[in-house]
Amino acid sequence: MKPVRLAGLTLPNPVLAASGTFGFGEEYAPWTALSRLGGIVTKSVTWDPLEGNPPPRVVETPAGLLNSIGWQNPGLAVFLREKLPRLAAYGVPIIVNVAGFSLEDYVRVAARLDDAPGVAALELNISCPNVDEGGMAFGTDPRQAGLVTAAVRRVTRLTLVVKLSPNVTDIAVMARAVAEAGADAVSLINTLVGMAMDWRTGRPIFQRVVAGLSGPAVKPVALYQVWQVARAVTLPVIGMGGITTARDALEFFAAGAAAVAVGTANFRRPDACLRVIEGLERYDAEGPQALEGEEEP
Amino acid sequence: MLSPSLGPRLVSVVGRQEVSPDSVRLRFAAPEAASAAQPGQFLHLRCGTSLDPLLRRPFSVHAVDPVVGTVSILFRVVGAGTAWLARRHPGDVVDLWGPLGRGFVLHPGDGWLVAGGVGVAPLLFLAARLREQGAAPQLLWGARRRQELAAVADFEHLGIPVELATDDGSEGHHGPVTDLLAEVLSGRRAPVYACGPRPMLRRVGELTRQAAVTAQVSLEERMACGVGACQGCACPRRGGGYALVCHDGPVFPAEEVELG
Repeated sequence: MKPVRLAGLTLPNPVLAASGTFGFGEEYAPWTALSRLGGIVTKSVTWDPLEGNPPPRVVETPAGLLNSIGWQNPGLAVFLREKLPRLAAYGVPIIVNVAGFSLEDYVRVAARLDDAPGVAALELNISCPNVDEGGMAFGTDPRQAGLVTAAVRRVTRLTLVVKLSPNVTDIAVMARAVAEAGADAVSLINTLVGMAMDWRTGRPIFQRVVAGLSGPAVKPVALYQVWQVARAVTLPVIGMGGITTARDALEFFAAGAAAVAVGTANFRRPDACLRVIEGLERYDAEGPQALEGEEEP
Repeated sequence: MLSPSLGPRLVSVVGRQEVSPDSVRLRFAAPEAASAAQPGQFLHLRCGTSLDPLLRRPFSVHAVDPVVGTVSILFRVVGAGTAWLARRHPGDVVDLWGPLGRGFVLHPGDGWLVAGGVGVAPLLFLAARLREQGAAPQLLWGARRRQELAAVADFEHLGIPVELATDDGSEGHHGPVTDLLAEVLSGRRAPVYACGPRPMLRRVGELTRQAAVTAQVSLEERMACGVGACQGCACPRRGGGYALVCHDGPVFPAEEVELG
């Protein structure tokens, strides 16, 4: 497959592993050939270590998954010391997903990563629904989204991707705001807000009530939002939301995505990204008929 | 570093048995898993062929036969995934990954095995391993009613003494299985290995702490990836933070985790 350029970043192929679904790569190293991926977007990294939310943290829905993880991660210092060197050894572009509870948080994490060896790009997480402050609060207000993007832009020379929330009235407005503030690319969608209810007790299942929905169930929403954003900005778009097959990826390319990310499908099988890549290779070599009979992985 | 032979693969069902009105034992031809599995580890199975159910389901290894090359699971039908799995018959194929996770550490001493309901599943494999090592484990097994205790014959075949308890008094002690544990620990202090509902495990933790014997508990939690990537199957650690049931467990020293 042909390499794909995202602003200053060149990916060996257009299929990434999506943030939050692939850990720090090492969890999947025994089970799939990481070096063949277009890139790995890490689990969200915050300045301080975070414990994450109390269980339950995941609930399955028809063809979907609700999660309330809450940015559990070892913090930037441990990431730099332990996780990043191992990740960098796989020879695959590393995009670090940066998260914070305040504008200053995003800035100090981004600044430290700017000269960290082995980081190919940053993805700003301003769209997580599972934390009380920061996260989606920045990603649902165009002014806030622009401010945090501009502030991070000032402290990094790395390719800057901003991950957008689908939980807005008009995602094109958000995309324009971060484009004007200096983003190099946008990625979408993060999870849709939802909840799970226990019919026996009449109580919400998640302690924070709200959770984020991902998986094949959200694909039509994601496709349309990618379509809208691709027509609103000239920046490259990384499309994601329920991709499990090469056919799904082709649909996102057709909607205007320059690259795609595979997320929840990684939980079904550890080689989900690789299967999408191999499907796209067959498509490139043999045309559409190569994917006609493809089964769901 | 790749371990493709234990990665997701299609395996054939070679045995199926309805053990009680709502639980089924399946045996798979999976020689790599049979050789690699340690008691307490789990197999991560797809429970369907479409996008719903979306995720795999974890099942403890119930028994292995490394000579014939088979592994077994024992499970209760609780939802759409386990209902699909219960309809598999010899000749059908299932997508199996593993064994995954950390199992029981086998301590010196004969050992008390404590099970609640279908939590007995990993303890048969453990009992067999303990016997191979020359230990003489005993099983304390509680369930809601006697129909759920049918698999007791498998332990008797291994020569494992069994004491039973039921919530409705239809078999053995009328009350929780932890009553039996409290009684035996006052006599023979031996390492405890437990699997069952959280309230049972919490009581096991209390009793073994009082008796100053080591206890390991096998936990169940809603799980997605199975390899520590998604952080979905969190269990509070005593003293703060969370452990991941799939990656740090599913077996933990009882004093390491909050069982409340």
